[in-house]
Parts: sequence; structure tokens; C-alpha cells
Amino acid sequence: MSLGPHAAFIIAAYAAAAAIVAALVLWVMLDRRALMRTLAALEAQGFARRSGREERS
Amino acid sequence: MTLIDLANPSRFRALAERALPWLVAATVLAFAVGVEQAYFAPDDYQQGATVKIMFIHVPAAWLGIFAWMLMSVAGIGTLVWRHPLADVAAKAAAPIGAAFTLMCLITGSLWGRPMWGTYWVWDARLTSVLVLFLMYLGVLALWRTIEEPARAARVVAVLTLVGAINIPIIKFSVDWWNTLHQGASLLRLGGPTIDPTILVPLLAMLIAFTLLFLTLHLAAMRNEIMRRRVRTMLMMQADATAGP
Repeated sequence: MSLGPHAAFIIAAYAAAAAIVAALVLWVMLDRRALMRTLAALEAQGFARRSGREERS
Repeated sequence: MTLIDLANPSRFRALAERALPWLVAATVLAFAVGVEQAYFAPDDYQQGATVKIMFIHVPAAWLGIFAWMLMSVAGIGTLVWRHPLADVAAKAAAPIGAAFTLMCLITGSLWGRPMWGTYWVWDARLTSVLVLFLMYLGVLALWRTIEEPARAARVVAVLTLVGAINIPIIKFSVDWWNTLHQGASLLRLGGPTIDPTILVPLLAMLIAFTLLFLTLHLAAMRNEIMRRRVRTMLMMQADATAGP
């Protein structure tokens, strides 16, 4: 497949889209990891929300 | 399970945990099909291979607009019913909508340079999409500025509903004003004007990107529910530390 004389623009557009999608996926994953860590630390200290206790029982 | 059961954040989180693996699999599969279709799509007789930029530019534009419409519906849920899940849905959608609007602007510029001879022109379509991106930044800043989530949600809901006036402006800007940007060729009375050999890959990529949005939004909503739980527990910890 030849992308013709404007190949650089096509590749740059797809690269930018891929970078933005990757950033979104990373943001969601890292945010979850950080929240899980904080939640675990708080629960280890004996703090729990009512709904949290209900979920575990 | 009834719809009202899903309105409970804890139940919603449990449902999201079960649905996310399926959504991820569907998204990956849809992208495999969409990218394959885009790769083998023929060149346009006028635009050549640059038509391939359309396969990412149009879905990005659609999701930038869709996210704002979703935030507007959630904003009504916040203002009328004061439902916490509506707040969560709106907050989770904002950064994703901003990212897709940015993607639309970048890919549009990179398409415009070889086809129009310029990266940017202040025509009504491009400017109204830039305004949408700036409004997303405003919403994101507001969420960060107001600490109490329920109050932040109400302020953001008002801004979102006022900003929703920009959505029909974006859609009809190419009809109301003379623009360098082309007129509607997909969502128009009389049906699409795109040849099926290019329309099919475009629809495949639209489905793939929409599934990606739904996956990211559900995952971000799950995170936001967890963030509110952490916030409550931190406040309990602060109370316990402060003592009687």
C-alpha cells in the first residue's frame, strides 16, 4: 500500500490518535491503581464505608 | 435487576466490573476489523490516500460531541434529581470528551494542510470545535476548583447545559456560514454521499471508537465511584485523628 505524496501527514495523524488513546487508557489504569492502593491502606487502618462492609458480608 | 437498582453506585460498580472485560474484548475486535478495513480502503479520486485520515477524524469529532451531549443529559440528572451517579457520569466523561476533541482538531489540521494548503483557518466549523475543546478545559478546571463533589457537579451541570448550545452550532455551521470545511456527508437528509468502499471502513471505525469510548467511560466511572469512597474514608480518618 502506497500512501502517496502526503504519507507524512497520514502517519502523523494516526500516530497522534494512537498517542491520545494510549494516554487515555494509561490514565484510567494508573488512576485505578493509585485509588486501590489508597483504599487498601485505609482499610488496613480499620476505616470502611457502610457500603463497603455490606459488599464484603 | 431493575433500572433503579443500577442507580445505586455500589451496584453500578459491581455491574461495571462484570461488563468491562466483555467491552474490552468487543473494542479490540472492533478495532481489528476497523483498522483492517481502513488499511485496504481505496484512495479517494480527489484526495488520494489522505482520505484515510477521515477514518480517525470523523469518529473523534463524533465522540467529542457525543461526550458533551452525555454530560448534558447527566447535568439534567444532577440538577433535577441530584443523583450522585449522574455527577459521576458527567465527571468521568469530561476528560475523555476533551481528548477526543483534541484528536479531532489535530487530525483535522493534519488533513487540512495537504488538502486546503493550511493547518488552520478561522471558519465556523473549526472555530466552534475549538470552542468545544476550550469548554471541556473549563469544565475540567471547575471540577478541580470546587472540592465538594455535589456542589461542583451542580456548577458544572449549569455550565454544561449552557455550553450545549454549541452542539447544534458545530453541526449546522457548515450550512449557516461559508466554510472551508466541507458540508455534511454522513448524517444528512437523503443519506450519506460517501461511496460504499469508503463508507464501510468509516462505519467500522465509528463503531470501534464508540466502543472504546463506552469502555473508557465505564472504567472512569468505576474509578470515580472509588475516589468518592476514598474521600469519605479520608474524612473519617481526619475526624478520628482530630478526636472529640
